[in-house]
Amino acid sequence: MAKYSLFINGKERSVDVAADTPLLWVLRDELNLVGTKYGCGVAQCGSCTVHLNDVAVRSCAVPVSAVGTKKVTTIEGLSEAGDHPLQLAWDEADVPQCGYCQAGQIMTAAALLKRNPKPSDKEIETAMTGNICRCGTYIRIRKAIHLAAQKGGKS
Amino acid sequence: MSTTFVSRRSFLKVSALAGGGFMLGFHAIGKAMDNTLAEDVFVPNAFIKIDATGIVTLMAPNPEVGQGVKTALPMLVAEELNVNWNTVVVEQAPLNTKLYERQVAGGSGSIRSSWESFRKAGAAARQLLTEAAAKTWNVNVADCYSENSFIIHKPSGKKLGYGELASKAATLTPPVEVTLKDPKEYTIIGQRIRNVDTKSIVTGKALYGIDTKREGMLYAMVARPVFGKKLKSVDDSGARAVQGVKNVVRWENRIAVLATSTWAAKKGRDALKLEWEDDTKPESTRDHQEAFKKLIQQKHDAPKRNDGDAEKAITGATKVLESTFEAPFLPHASMEPMNFFADVRDGKAILFGPTQTPARTRTEVAKVLKIAEENVEVGMSRQGGGFGRRLQADYSVEAAMISSLAQAPVNVIWTREDDMEGGFYRPTGMYRYRAAINEKNELDAWYLIAAAGNQPNATRENSFPAGAVPNFRVDSHNLESNISIGPWRAPNHNFIAFTEETFIDEIATALKKDPVAFRLELLDRAKNNKFGTVAYDIEKYRGVIKLAAEMGNWGEQGKNGIYKGFGAHFSFGAYVAQVADVSVSGGKVRVHKVYCAVDCGRVINPSGAENQIEGGIIDGIGHALFGELTFEKGVAQQKNFNSYRLIRMPDAPLEIETRFIQSDASPQGLGEPCLPPVIPAVTNAIFAATGQRVKRLPVSLMTFL
Ligand code: FES
Ligand code: FES
Repeated sequence: MAKYSLFINGKERSVDVAADTPLLWVLRDELNLVGTKYGCGVAQCGSCTVHLNDVAVRSCAVPVSAVGTKKVTTIEGLSEAGDHPLQLAWDEADVPQCGYCQAGQIMTAAALLKRNPKPSDKEIETAMTGNICRCGTYIRIRKAIHLAAQKGGKS
Repeated sequence: MSTTFVSRRSFLKVSALAGGGFMLGFHAIGKAMDNTLAEDVFVPNAFIKIDATGIVTLMAPNPEVGQGVKTALPMLVAEELNVNWNTVVVEQAPLNTKLYERQVAGGSGSIRSSWESFRKAGAAARQLLTEAAAKTWNVNVADCYSENSFIIHKPSGKKLGYGELASKAATLTPPVEVTLKDPKEYTIIGQRIRNVDTKSIVTGKALYGIDTKREGMLYAMVARPVFGKKLKSVDDSGARAVQGVKNVVRWENRIAVLATSTWAAKKGRDALKLEWEDDTKPESTRDHQEAFKKLIQQKHDAPKRNDGDAEKAITGATKVLESTFEAPFLPHASMEPMNFFADVRDGKAILFGPTQTPARTRTEVAKVLKIAEENVEVGMSRQGGGFGRRLQADYSVEAAMISSLAQAPVNVIWTREDDMEGGFYRPTGMYRYRAAINEKNELDAWYLIAAAGNQPNATRENSFPAGAVPNFRVDSHNLESNISIGPWRAPNHNFIAFTEETFIDEIATALKKDPVAFRLELLDRAKNNKFGTVAYDIEKYRGVIKLAAEMGNWGEQGKNGIYKGFGAHFSFGAYVAQVADVSVSGGKVRVHKVYCAVDCGRVINPSGAENQIEGGIIDGIGHALFGELTFEKGVAQQKNFNSYRLIRMPDAPLEIETRFIQSDASPQGLGEPCLPPVIPAVTNAIFAATGQRVKRLPVSLMTFL
């Protein structure tokens, strides 16, 4: 076990875990930030997407020891009041079915809008390829990203 | 308005509790939900709670797996209760077979089975509130009506809110007879209502089974045998040495490692040294294929259906067509892998987690623990998809046993690999079709011999085109296997539709007829001169076929490289026809758009319904294109999403256009019926584009030139 000091959602949090523990399980089991989901553990599904310094990463593939001083943002910290343009657009487009993949989808989309505020269909598809939705809500996800972009999707 | 009696089970029994302990009856739920049920709460039945401040809480008794029932079922209650939807709170109810019927997510049946009872529950409460207001004002009940959570006295315009009436209403005797609204007055049913849980989902607050954490809880991971193997020896010293591992327990052929974190449990489980030996014979996909090939050449002694004499007609035919189709195993691969929380101590079991069948979970847990069912409490979490996998109770029973052996609360978490390897799969199968064409260039005989693994009921012999063909025979062989199978979204239909509708397309091509016109011609034949009984309504079938053809500009082929394919199917009470726009270029298949015509009776929530349809279509396309699970000596060869390919956004159609046939009929299922027809719609379009027939799924096994 080793002690790590992490910067998560604007707060400093310390944890005492094995160095090889993926950030995903640190968030979920140690810090009870369970909005970040486990889907595959091998960087294939995107359910566990969080931001490291505003870049979308798969937290199942990032060992806690590699996080260092980078700023971690999870779905719980994406916006204070749950009113990020993407969160609102997701409601407007009535996207979720089971909802399990959606936190990861939103985190990937948020990183996309940050670097590309008005993405095309093609750019959305490319950015979102790593996020599986087993319920098949892709058409609505694409629509919600466009909706958020129209309303100034940067957070 | 129509007067109708409240069904004994859904209401009378509940209200019978009311005399002596109605509040108590509900109190069980209140306790499970929040431990606080104030004295002045009006609880007319198990579906509704109205407190003095006017907050209306509607219970959603059925498991929510993403099919939208947590929104749609309370809409039925709210409609009759005449409440303002925006002020309603929806809560998931725990399992309570005394209060609710059929707390199941399966068979596209939640809406179908609840349509009457939920509306009656709302109407009964509305009547009580009206009576309470009339009593308060000392006026005639007939002069009062309800609107937007108020009871209004028509002559004077006086009004009282539901909250103000709650405590008085609670003292009245529930009605035995209720009056349901005329559908013309509906203000909620038929509206586009958004998912009630979206806000909590998009902020990460919605809790799934995998998120369950309780005081003193350990995380467990389990080593399970592959199909056909059993444990020979166990060395758990490595597992016990992992920091955080607290216990290792064995149940039959499974070893569970319990730890203070998921990661420690996984490291511990992976550090087990286990030796396995053959139990029954471990099977491979090749073995199944060889066995199927033999079976489909054999007649079955007991045909499922046998009109006329198909064999004789085939022997004497001018032309015989023959096609054999193959289906692979499919895992459910719900996004949230299996998991379940169990706390089994002192002869009591508390279970909580994602299940499509909480009642079955309770029964099976009680059985394996040898305790009474009353001592098993089952709570339902939100679920990250089900698709049929969570109709099984293996993972909840396992959690109960592990907790009982370890004497600790435990959440058993499956990795994706565990989930793919330890499934109850869509059965693999092989279907051989033959058709006879007579000298008048008519379809004279149809003979299907099906063979499927652990599935003696792999056919739907009364489906279209049964009834339209004079000589019609269906045989179904079962191949016993030690690989467990189970219902998978639209069971059987998910493969039957592909085979039937492809074969119909082949016959149409051979007869040089347009595939849609040929289907309509068969329906005419079934109508004018029906052979035997059929499971479908001819006019409804015709209705969706015509609508889909019109929506999808049927007849236009090859424009801008887009080819069209047609598929129609009836399942779970709903009629669905689809046109798929497909291109094949550079060997790559792309589905651009799907047009979908549906007759599913009345639509409760068009937004939720369309979401289900889009999901079913995308699911169908994904599995048709990529889904294949194979076995090698009992071991699933695809273990995670790098080798088991699920559809991703770039492969999903850009657009799905849905139209519902307007209908006042009772609502029918929607979670499943839109999946089966899209598979042949896509593969028939591939044929139109390339001249190549898809006969073995997935499509990705084929090479297109
Ligand atoms: S859990 Fe990390 S990508 Fe799937
Ligand atoms: S909504 Fe269920 S996996 Fe995306």
